[in-house]
Amino acid sequence: MHRGKGMKFVGDSRIPAERKPNIPKDYSEYPGKTEAFWPNFLLREWMVGAVFLVGFLCLTVAHPAPLERMADPTDSGYIPLPDWYFLFLYQLLKYEFASGPYTVIGAVVIPGIAFGALLLAPWLDQGPERRPIRRPIASSIMLLAVASVIFLTWESVDQHDWEAAAQQGAIVDFEVDEESYAFEIWTTQQNCINCHGGDMLGGAAAPAVFESDYSKEEVIDIIKNGAPGMPADQFEGTDEELEILAAFIANDGQDPEDD
Amino acid sequence: MLQKIYDWIDERLDITPMWRDIADHEVPEHVNPAHHFSAFVYCFGGLTFFVTVIQILSGMFLTMYYVPDIIHAYESVYFLQNEVTHGVIVRGMHHWGASLVIVMMFLHTLRVFFTGSYKKPRELNWVVGVLIFFVMLGLGFTGYLLPWDMKAYFATVVGLEIAESAPVIGGFAKALLAGGEIIGAQTLTRFFAIHVFFLPGALLGLLGAHFYMIRKQGISGPL
Ligand code: HEC
Ligand code: HEM
Repeated sequence: MHRGKGMKFVGDSRIPAERKPNIPKDYSEYPGKTEAFWPNFLLREWMVGAVFLVGFLCLTVAHPAPLERMADPTDSGYIPLPDWYFLFLYQLLKYEFASGPYTVIGAVVIPGIAFGALLLAPWLDQGPERRPIRRPIASSIMLLAVASVIFLTWESVDQHDWEAAAQQGAIVDFEVDEESYAFEIWTTQQNCINCHGGDMLGGAAAPAVFESDYSKEEVIDIIKNGAPGMPADQFEGTDEELEILAAFIANDGQDPEDD
Repeated sequence: MLQKIYDWIDERLDITPMWRDIADHEVPEHVNPAHHFSAFVYCFGGLTFFVTVIQILSGMFLTMYYVPDIIHAYESVYFLQNEVTHGVIVRGMHHWGASLVIVMMFLHTLRVFFTGSYKKPRELNWVVGVLIFFVMLGLGFTGYLLPWDMKAYFATVVGLEIAESAPVIGGFAKALLAGGEIIGAQTLTRFFAIHVFFLPGALLGLLGAHFYMIRKQGISGPL
């Protein structure tokens, strides 16, 4: 670096006035077929990256990300499943030696030892040898660990009831008969629509009116007396209309006569 | 024209040394798949980074629609998935990318392990790598809750039960993550903050350290 007297700066800044040439480094004297990362190597990598990206985009178009129905914390019958890369841990906790009173072993001790050893690998394996064959202990422990993770994941996938899982999470769709007289009554109920939406399927403020399996009488009761988060006496119309609407709601969006 | 702009900035900020520092580094023969096909294993780190960039970009677009509260979270994801043009692709990229990044990172870790590249003088970079591994798993765990659908909610319940079973710190860890006793509104807000601010911040810092060390030390030599 240039220092001392005779240095010229740009204005009153500390930027040296003398420009450095912008020339890439020359690797011709380097061993083997060394090449420059920029731009030679990176240009080629970008093409590989583009192919990779196209394949990836095809995957996302062919398999949209799954979405189940909205979380219902009261549904205690739901069989939970974490994302696939946590399955090995989840499976471990199902074995007798790692569950119940021994949960600590499955949840903390075994993963703790495994990940702790991974973190400290450079100090557990200090020899100068780099080839996996020449450090059999380190290599076999790693192979064993990988095999166990694959095995546990496999077992977990195998034991999970995928059909029941798909069903328990499925989004429930209601077919609302929008031609019916009952739906016509609904379209006049601006109060209801404000919360339950013009399609009766709910929105941010309220669930679909068909959400629970209420009977006609229970629906009438809710409409007359309200519910948590829903005010009473919002219905505007005759008792007869209320009956028709309630029957329609209790029948999940179809006129009861129709079926 | 571009050259003129470059020169104009360079005169004022002297960026050439910095730029040459970033651009000039060599790719040795033994890591270049163009010369030895088996060297593709050295690409896993770069691919992990590529997918990480996809995650950050797609995640940024997701937050343009996502609303992190228990009433609107599900609705907003549903809307994005079913109504927004290309929303299904953006969400798909983030969803599948989350899996892909774990796969790539796993392969990269195995490459580094089986080439013995974690040995002196690269111990510190290995440790940083394992920390990145943990951050990535944390991102996966916290991100899983955000759509607030059935699988999200109950997987989180189980995950937090596991955290709670840890001795001494278990209860504290659970309360910290769940934001209270019940898994509900607070939990979702916490997970959102952790997923979108805390962990990506940590990830970027760690990645910076990771790349700095690689550049400083160079890639490990041939076996
Ligand atoms: C202020 C918003 C609001 C208005 C206005 C409102 N509701 Fe509701 N409604 C709710 C909420 C919130 C619930 C959920 C209550 C619960 O969780 O038990 C609900 C529940 C219901 C249910 C039971 C849903 C189920 O199956 O669980 C029915 C049926 C219903 N409303 C019908 C109506 C009708 C008909 C009207 C108009 C007369 C109406 N609501 C007006 C907010 C509203
Ligand atoms: C987001 C995650 C990660 C990214 C983007 C990343 C990126 C990279 C890149 C681009 C390299 C250059 C060599 C190569 O591509 O193979 C590298 C090297 C390295 N990585 Fe990673 N890495 C990540 C995670 C990890 C993890 C989880 C570990 C270990 C547990 C790790 C340990 C190392 C080590 C020790 C090196 C130096 C290897 C050598 O010099 O041969 N990295 N990383």
